[in-house]
Amino acid sequence: MQVSMSINGEPFSYDVEPRMLLVHYIREMAELHGTHWGCDTSNCGICVVLMDGVPIKSCTTLAAQAEGHEITTVEGLEKDGVLDPIQQGFHEMHALQCGFCTPGTMVTGRWLIDKHPDPTNMTDYEIREAISGGLCRCTGYVNIVKAIRWAAAYEAAAATGGN
Amino acid sequence: MAMQTPAPVDYSRATSVDDAISQMESLGGQARFLAGGHSLIPMMKLRLANPGHLIDINPLEPELGYIRQEGGEIRIGAMTRHVHMLESELLGQHFPIFFEAEHVLADPVVRNRGTIGGSLCQADPAEDLSGVVTALKGQAVLRGPGGAERVVGMEEFHIGPYMTAVQPTELLVEVRFALKPGGGSAHEKVERRAGDFAIVAASAALWIENGVITDAGLACSAVGPTTMHISRAEEMMIGQSPSEDLFAEAGAIASQDCSPSADGRGPVDYKRHVAGVLSKRALSRAAASALR
Repeated sequence: MQVSMSINGEPFSYDVEPRMLLVHYIREMAELHGTHWGCDTSNCGICVVLMDGVPIKSCTTLAAQAEGHEITTVEGLEKDGVLDPIQQGFHEMHALQCGFCTPGTMVTGRWLIDKHPDPTNMTDYEIREAISGGLCRCTGYVNIVKAIRWAAAYEAAAATGGN
Repeated sequence: MAMQTPAPVDYSRATSVDDAISQMESLGGQARFLAGGHSLIPMMKLRLANPGHLIDINPLEPELGYIRQEGGEIRIGAMTRHVHMLESELLGQHFPIFFEAEHVLADPVVRNRGTIGGSLCQADPAEDLSGVVTALKGQAVLRGPGGAERVVGMEEFHIGPYMTAVQPTELLVEVRFALKPGGGSAHEKVERRAGDFAIVAASAALWIENGVITDAGLACSAVGPTTMHISRAEEMMIGQSPSEDLFAEAGAIASQDCSPSADGRGPVDYKRHVAGVLSKRALSRAAASALR
C-alpha cells in the first residue's frame, strides 16, 4: 500500500507492506538512521519520534498509521546547522555516553519543554516522569535531567534577550 | 537482522463507527480493530495474535475521543487516550481513581497512544483500567451491525483471560459511569518498576451518604484469570459505616476471594496478602475522598 507522510517537514511516499512498522519506514525507506531501533517491545523508548508534536514509540506503530501525519525525528531538531537547545544541552551536560537512547530521549525532552507551562521551573520529578518511557544504561539519568533543564533555561534566556 | 515484525496482514481505515462495523461484518468478524495498538501490535510481533486484517479505528478519534457529562452520567468514548483521561478535570472532579490509575499505567509515551477501549477489550487481567471501570460499576456500550447497541456491565464483560463479551462484529464505543451522590474512589498498585504491569493492584469506589455506605465497588488486578471483582466485600460494606475495621475486613475478603498464581512477580500467599493490604488502603482513601 502507498504510505505518505511528512518527516521533518519533507514529504515521503513509498509503497510498503501494511505490516511495516513506522521505525522501519523511517530507517529503511526514508533512510533516516538517527531514529534507533531497540527492544521492539515498547519498553525501551529508543525509537521514540514525535507524531504531530507528540512522542510515540515508532516500533509499536504501523507506518500506515502515520499516513498524512507530521513526524519529527532527531534529525529534525537541528535547524540550518544550529543545534536545537535540547541537543546543545546534551552536549553541555554530557547527557550521553554510548548515544543509543539519545535520539528518543532528545525528542521526548523537546516535547516536555514545549508542553510544560513553565519550563524553567520543572521539578526533577516532572522531568524524570516525562522520560520514564525511555531506558538509558549509561548515564543514570542525572545528566539527562540536567540537559533538559539546561535547554529550558537557555531558551528562556534567549526569549528575554538575556544571557 | 533479527527483526520482530508482524506477519503479513491486510489493512484498512474506518471512516465512521458504522463503516468500521460493516467492514468487520464483510470480513466475517475475522479482522481485528486497531486502536492505540500498544497491546495488539506487540502480540502480533510475537505471533500471539494473527489477524488476517486490521481495521484501523484511529481515524474515529474525533467521533469516539471524548469525556463528557450527559444527564446523570460521565461518558468516555472508546478512542479516548490514556493521556486525556489523566489530564481530564471532569474525571478528576468526579472519579479521582482515574488520575491515580492513569498516573501509574505504563509510561507517558505509551499513554499518548493507548485508549480506554483498547485496554478494556484487551482484558489483560493485570491491567489497571479494567479494575477501575469494574470498581466504578462502569457500563460498556457495544455497537453491532445495523447500529444495534447493547449495554453490558463489567460483571458480564470479563468472561475469561483476554476474553470479553464483545462479539466479533461488535465495537466497544463508549463506557458510562453513573454519577451518584457521596462518591469517592482510589487506586493502589504495587509494581516491580515504574510503569510495569502490577504485581497486584486494587481499585476501590465508595458512595457514602449520612455516614452510611450506600454503594461500594472493589476490584483487584493481576490476581486471577480476569480482573477480580470482589463482590462479597462490596455486599458486606453496603449499609455499614465506613471504618478502618470495616475496610480491613473487606481486605481480608479480597485476600480470600482473589485467585493469584505464582510467577516471577511473587508467590500466591504474598499476592493474597498484598491484595488485602492494597484493598484496605484503597477503600480507606476512597472513603476520605467521598467525605471530603
